[in-house]
Parts: sequence; structure tokens; C-alpha cells
Amino acid sequence: MNAEVLNEYLPLFGNAALLTVWLGLAGIGLSIVIGLICSLVQFYKIPVARQIVRIYIELSRNTPLLIQLFFIYYGLPKIGIKTDPAVCGVVGLAFLGGSYMAETFRSGLEAVDKVHSESAFTLGLNKLQTFIYVILPQALSTSIPPFVANVIFLLKETSVFSAVSLMDLMFTAKDLIGLYYNTTESLFLLVVFYLIILLPVSLLGTYLEHKLGTPGVRQSIRKNAASRKERKTTIKEGVVNVGN
Amino acid sequence: MWGIEVIFKGKNLIRLLGGLGTALEISLIAVAISIPIGIILGILMAGRNPVIKAILRVYLDFVRIMPQLVLLFLVFFGTTKVWGWDLSGEVSAVIVFSMWGAAEMSDLVRGALNAIPQHQYESAQSLGFTPLQTKIYIVIPQCVRRLIPLSINLITRMVKTTSLVLMIGVVEVLKVAQQIIEANRMSAPNAAFGVYLFVFALYFAVCFVLSIAARKLEKKWS
Repeated sequence: MNAEVLNEYLPLFGNAALLTVWLGLAGIGLSIVIGLICSLVQFYKIPVARQIVRIYIELSRNTPLLIQLFFIYYGLPKIGIKTDPAVCGVVGLAFLGGSYMAETFRSGLEAVDKVHSESAFTLGLNKLQTFIYVILPQALSTSIPPFVANVIFLLKETSVFSAVSLMDLMFTAKDLIGLYYNTTESLFLLVVFYLIILLPVSLLGTYLEHKLGTPGVRQSIRKNAASRKERKTTIKEGVVNVGN
Repeated sequence: MWGIEVIFKGKNLIRLLGGLGTALEISLIAVAISIPIGIILGILMAGRNPVIKAILRVYLDFVRIMPQLVLLFLVFFGTTKVWGWDLSGEVSAVIVFSMWGAAEMSDLVRGALNAIPQHQYESAQSLGFTPLQTKIYIVIPQCVRRLIPLSINLITRMVKTTSLVLMIGVVEVLKVAQQIIEANRMSAPNAAFGVYLFVFALYFAVCFVLSIAARKLEKKWS
């Protein structure tokens, strides 16, 4: 590996990484909005809209991003819908991500026990209050680990953006390999920059998973703690009994 | 209209399906390789040896955190430069997808093994089962039930990921679609819409059937 070449390529890869991150974040932000709307439609079983959401989710989950991008970027202009590469990338990512986010949020919402919303009703909370104070907080804590997994997945998917001529990390690497044949340096920087982007998110995900835990894990921890307490008290009682 | 007719002109349809065949072939070979390797790695991961677990952890995390396209580039361009191997795009794709599939599969196997509660081992022992009998009659049947729908999901993901091989020059559906559009540039200037829509529908048809099957099995066996 040549240090000079690395130095020379570093700013190129830096800029490309920034583009990857910006487009990724924009796409993820949009997909969170789409996901929230779709999950609410499914959770409250709104007629018609629910069927549309179902079709959208199936279409988006069962096709690769590359094909979606090709269709948006090369196909749609032929019927008059022109997009520039960046918009196309963000829209494509949001189209793909929206369904993944929707499924995550929906399963989070469904994981909240029916008893909770019923109790909230009896206590006099209206539908909106029940949602904001009772359902949402619990749903959020269960959806966070799969949410982070989705973010990582979507950031990884941005690697196909080079297909619609966006100068992201893959594009830069391929370009430099093709032009100067400094394959080792280009591939090294490619891996390093993807690690810089993805590793912190992945570590954050692991941390949050440990901290929040899935509800199952948390319950079992609580159960263990409870049984430990029980054991302690019985031991104490035993001691007391012996003392008597 | 919109270039749909181009698909049915001459041998275009057969060529497109052939391209899909190439993509499916790569993913099926990769799945066939990655399932046994994944099962072995998963059993090792669920085991007790800390050194093996640490090494596997690093390998699995690297493969799962890197975009598959980066892995494809590493194998396709990297091996040529470092060892002078002249791998074809198809072979690189099979290598990468097998490595990636094995990593994903091992995680599923580990999950399935860890999901079996300890008391089942203890009950089996108290009923006089030997460790081998416990595995054959109690552990394996439950794991297989849990793993089959998950592996079908993995195949779906694999099929979707194979669309990436276009970027290392393998002639698959998208490449064929590009060629068809290029060839009919004069007679049907709007062919891109219809042809890419058709490719979209092709992928959807394959993956939709697979995910329905996975969902059915999951419901039936859970």
C-alpha cells in the first residue's frame, strides 16, 4: 500500500462519504415518516388505506433497491417524471425503507397489551391521550433495537446509489480502480470509510439493546431479581427462626 | 405502449428470463453452500469455547456490517490485485454470497439453539436420554421447524441481493434489460419504462412467492 496514494485519495473518499451519509439520512428520515403513517393506518385498521399500505409494503419488501432505482431513474422519465440523481436516490431509499420502518413500528404497537389501552379508557383518557401517554412510549422502547437494525440496513443499501451516477463511496472506488489501478488503496479506503459510518451505529444498536432489552429479556431479568429477593427473605426468615 | 411490446419482440422475453435464471442460479448455489457452513458456525457460536466464539464474532460482524457490494468489490477486484486470481463475476458472486449467507445462517442457528429452554435438556436427561438422543429427538426437530421459514426468508434476501452482480459485470436481468433498451432505442424510445417495470415485476413475482411460503410455514409451525 502506498501512503502517498492514500493521502491523495483521502479527500475524495471523505467527500463521497459525506454524500453517502447525507443521502442516507435524508432517505431514512423520509422512511420514518412513511413508516409511522403506514403503521398507524395498519394499527387502527383504517379501511381502503389499509389495503393500499399492504400492497405498498409487499411491493417494496419483495424487490431490490437497485431495481427500484433503475425504474425511478431510467423508467419514469419516459412517462414524463424526471428526477435528478440525488432526489432519485433519496426517494428510492425512502420507498424501500418506509415498509421496513412500518413493519417495525407496527409490531411495536401490537406488542403493547390490549389491557393497557382498556385501562386507560376506564381511567378517562381519550383515544389520543391513550396513544400518546400509554401506547407510544411502550411501543417505542420495543421498536428501538429493530429500528437501529433498519437504519444500518438502509445505510448499507445506499451502496447501490452509484448505479444512478451518484458520486458515493462505491462510485469513487470503482472510478479510481478503473482510472489508476490503485486497487489496494481504493478498496482499503472504501472499507475504512464504510466502517467509520456503520460501526458507530452498530455499536449504538448493541448498547441500546442491552440497555432497553426486548420486553422478554427485561421481564426475565425482573423475574430473576424477584426470585433472588424471595430467596434472600426466606434465608433471613430461616435465620430468624433458628434464632428463636 | 410505453415499450411493453418490446419485451415480446423476438427472443427478448426468453433472454430476460435467462437473465433471471442466472441470478437465481447464483443465489441457489450460494444458499446451498451457506446453509451447511452456517449450521456448523452456528453450533460453534452457541458452544462454550471463548476463542472460537471471539474469532467468529469478528468475522460475522465484519461480513454483516459491510454492504454486500463492498464485499463483492473486495473479492472481485481485491483477489485479482493481491493474488493475481482471475475470478469471473459469477464465481466472485457465489463466494461473497456464500460467505454472507453463512454468516446470516449461523446467527439464525445460534438463535434457534439458544431458544430451546434449559429445562428440556434436564427433563430429557431425567427421562434417561443420552446426550446424542437428546439432540436427535428433542433439539434438532425443534430447530429445524424454527429454521425452515427463516431460511426461506434468507433465500428471498439472497435473490434480492443478487441484483448487485450487475455492478461487477455479470450478465443478469438488468444487464439484459439494458441491452434490449439499447437495441430498440430507435424503434421504441420509451422502452425503458416498460422493460424496467417488467424486471421489477419479475423480481417481485419470485420474492413474493418465497415470502408467502415462509409466512405460511411460520404460522403453521409456531
